[in-house]
Amino acid sequence: MKYIPTIGIECHVQLCTKTKLFSEVDNDARGKEPNSCVSPVDYALPGMLPRLNGEAIKFAIRAGRAMNCEINASSRFDRKHYFYPDSPKGYQITQFYHPIIGEGYVELPSGTRVRIEHAHLEGDAGKLTHFKDYSLVDLNRVDTPLIEIVSMPDIHSAKDVHDYCKELWRLMCHAGVTNGDLYNGNMRFDVNISVAKEGAKELGTRAEIKNLNSFRSAERAAEFEIKRQTKLLEAGEKVKQETRGWDDTTGKTTAQRSKEEAKDYRYMPEPDIPPINLTSEFIDAEIAKLPLMPMDYRRKFNGVITDEILEVLLDYPSLMIKLNEIEDKHVKIISNLFTSVLLAEEKSAKYLNDLPDTRDLNELAEMNEKKELSSTATKEVFLRLFDPQMKGRGTKQIAKELGLIQENDLEALEKIVDIVLAKPETQKAQADFKAGEEKVIGFLVGQVMKESHGKANPSSVQEILRKKLK
Amino acid sequence: MKIANKKVTAERLVRDALEKAKHFEDYHIFTFLNEEGALKKAREIDKRIARGEKVGRLAGVPYALKDNFLSPEGETTASAHILQGFNSPVTATSVAKLEAEGAIMIGRTNLDAFAHGSSTENSYFGPTLNSHDKQRVAGGSSGGSAVAVALDIVEFATGTDTGGSVRQPASFNGIYGLKPTYGTISRYGVVAMASSTDCIGFFTKTPEDMDLLMSIASGQDPKDMTTLPDYYNTEASAESGDSRLAPSRPSSRGSGAHSAPVVAYGLESPNSCARVGIIKDFDNDSVHPEIRKALKNKVELLKSKGHEIVELEMPALKYGLAAYYILVPAELCSNLSRHDGVRYGFRSEKSKDLDALYENTRNEGFMPENKRRIMIGNFVLSSGFYDAYFLKAAKARTLIVKEYEKAFSKVDFILTPVSPNPAFKLGEKVDDPVAMYLEDVMSVSLNLAGVAGLAIPAGETKEGLPLGLQLVGPRRSDKRLIEFSKELI
Repeated sequence: MKYIPTIGIECHVQLCTKTKLFSEVDNDARGKEPNSCVSPVDYALPGMLPRLNGEAIKFAIRAGRAMNCEINASSRFDRKHYFYPDSPKGYQITQFYHPIIGEGYVELPSGTRVRIEHAHLEGDAGKLTHFKDYSLVDLNRVDTPLIEIVSMPDIHSAKDVHDYCKELWRLMCHAGVTNGDLYNGNMRFDVNISVAKEGAKELGTRAEIKNLNSFRSAERAAEFEIKRQTKLLEAGEKVKQETRGWDDTTGKTTAQRSKEEAKDYRYMPEPDIPPINLTSEFIDAEIAKLPLMPMDYRRKFNGVITDEILEVLLDYPSLMIKLNEIEDKHVKIISNLFTSVLLAEEKSAKYLNDLPDTRDLNELAEMNEKKELSSTATKEVFLRLFDPQMKGRGTKQIAKELGLIQENDLEALEKIVDIVLAKPETQKAQADFKAGEEKVIGFLVGQVMKESHGKANPSSVQEILRKKLK
Repeated sequence: MKIANKKVTAERLVRDALEKAKHFEDYHIFTFLNEEGALKKAREIDKRIARGEKVGRLAGVPYALKDNFLSPEGETTASAHILQGFNSPVTATSVAKLEAEGAIMIGRTNLDAFAHGSSTENSYFGPTLNSHDKQRVAGGSSGGSAVAVALDIVEFATGTDTGGSVRQPASFNGIYGLKPTYGTISRYGVVAMASSTDCIGFFTKTPEDMDLLMSIASGQDPKDMTTLPDYYNTEASAESGDSRLAPSRPSSRGSGAHSAPVVAYGLESPNSCARVGIIKDFDNDSVHPEIRKALKNKVELLKSKGHEIVELEMPALKYGLAAYYILVPAELCSNLSRHDGVRYGFRSEKSKDLDALYENTRNEGFMPENKRRIMIGNFVLSSGFYDAYFLKAAKARTLIVKEYEKAFSKVDFILTPVSPNPAFKLGEKVDDPVAMYLEDVMSVSLNLAGVAGLAIPAGETKEGLPLGLQLVGPRRSDKRLIEFSKELI
């Protein structure tokens, strides 16, 4: 008997707004002292009131659209109550009853569609660090805006768990709503898994694996959990509805909290924030700011760029936006340069936010095509285009300064060839070639290249040499 | 109100106020006296006056601050043990506006802890005594503020009104008390009770003073998303005869058939006649006979001045108290969640772990009435009960909003008692929470509807206890309401 897994995923995305969701404090606490990005509102002094960040609303519209979702013209905030030191107010402000983002779908590279049930805005919690007999509270992360994306149970394999998580990450990065730094928890995944016999009418009992912070651990956790549940069912046992944690080192999930222990969050409409009513003009203006999404690029560059290269480049939204501006005939060479040269560079991460002018890249491709630049010279000039010292001088100027432009003027080349052929040290090679020793042509070409300080186009040189030594 | 000038210094005004505050110490009005701070500010104002510099509209005016307003002067305790030791780094928007005009806070006043109560007996610091009879309650929750003004210690005092907490103590002490339209004055920096009904208000001795304070403290505040766009001072310009800015009538949505065209009682023509509604349902034996008599007297007075009296039936108001005591506990239990002993205020030190810290801190830090309301609130929000209680109460609230809209399509104002009885004896209702809640039966529906209500003095009982009535106006009618109250003097 075959068992089929059914999987739904909840994903929390931290938005990279300038300020927090409900206060004017800096939302970017990277490298800052604990509790230094906290306003009296975040700290929940008595009498403090949330002040909704309009930028977060705009980000939500863009994120929603990126997932082909309805944007609800009217939405509201609610309070979700629980006591814990990471929640200074004693409740989280979220959207329980009327979320801003409605139904939609995410299309995986394989073509599989995963439907989105809804997505909503909410504030993040603070961070606790536990020690032997005390714990420390850092509220820097309190009320960093989050979008929680809830998928329908449309996933049926661990691989699709990976692909869905990755595609969501790409969509959010392309929509420009998150820094997408998984290592620092910018996106966190909760995976709900149940297993049932093939053809069964009802789904099995599900377990939720919380707080996975990479595609790989989401995939591995799903794989483990599918096996665990299948084994239980095969042995005639029952799966318990519970929350489980994932341990990346042991590669196992372990029970954390059962359904009976689940909290009652006592949801209530947030009375301090009036309902959000968006006009269609406002929504459209925000959607208009969206660049192309991964699926658009796949369709557009199908047959131009190989799938391997495209899937690599799709991880870098700024490169895709740039590539989209490049002249069609140059897309192939520029995409190759992006993957084989730029991304191979150690400094590439630094360069990604400050790309060269599209005009310079087009010109580079043009020069390469006209053979004004050898392929080695093309790579060298390409990298210089990113160099803050060289930038803005223009491709031609840089190539000239580096002396990398190839000599294609046949008359000039002939003169250089003549000089080389007149030299005593080439006489033996000339004789050998004439005697039928084909490979000495390489030596002669090398001599000409040397004489031309590397500017000569080697294939032209060879042509001239062959003519002269006939 | 007396404002400092070259002859009467701010220091003199403040010293007098502080002296009186000390003289009436046995009334338990203040939780904190701001002697040093107030005198320092007074001297600064005097210096500016001496130099001929411009000073504010409240220059040197001593006032009392209900102890649930945040400011760095003195601890903000809300008369609750759990907030003891809390020194606010923030100043409430309303306080900042008053102080910018030169008002000087001479002390923080007593209240029912977290404003939960109608007698100030729920204060951690003990009850405030009635200004006219020390055996009786001051009313509440803003009892300290009301008595401070009634005993003439200060020119005015701030209050908060979530279900009658300004109007009822005002009427128990024979002064004016305003609950403005919801959203007129910023709630930023005021310890929240129930966010959707909390209103900042004032106690004064005259309607003129009330008008001045409203023109200063009202207005939209970016820090409070529920504040209304400025309207109070826009209406003021209508006084100068600009008809385009004249106050518009409230919408008569859903009552088209009933609404005879009524000429609004407007500020542009103060001599015009008003239609004043009285509510039949409130005229029964459960209301103290002397209050019913006071109402009749005022009705006769209005008639004699040419105003029209209209009898109203407002059956939906009977759901007010029940809806109020579901919605308000729900919101307040949520708002009180932040008091966990982790970041500020009182913390029970004997706790071994986190759960014990929460339990002990909240158990020792809250008053019995706080706990009662927290329990009710959590109950009505619990999964499985939300629809039956919270949602149903929210629907009743909508009925009440519509009931007022309908009424205000027929009348300009409504005149009713504030509470069924004058000030009761200390301890009389402490052990009977429902009897205490019933004191709010006529005041809470205004908060649920968000409309404006002004408590006005209406004589005294034979024993010399003050009687009060409330004049109710539609949303955003506050300016007209205060103006019209002069007709009742």
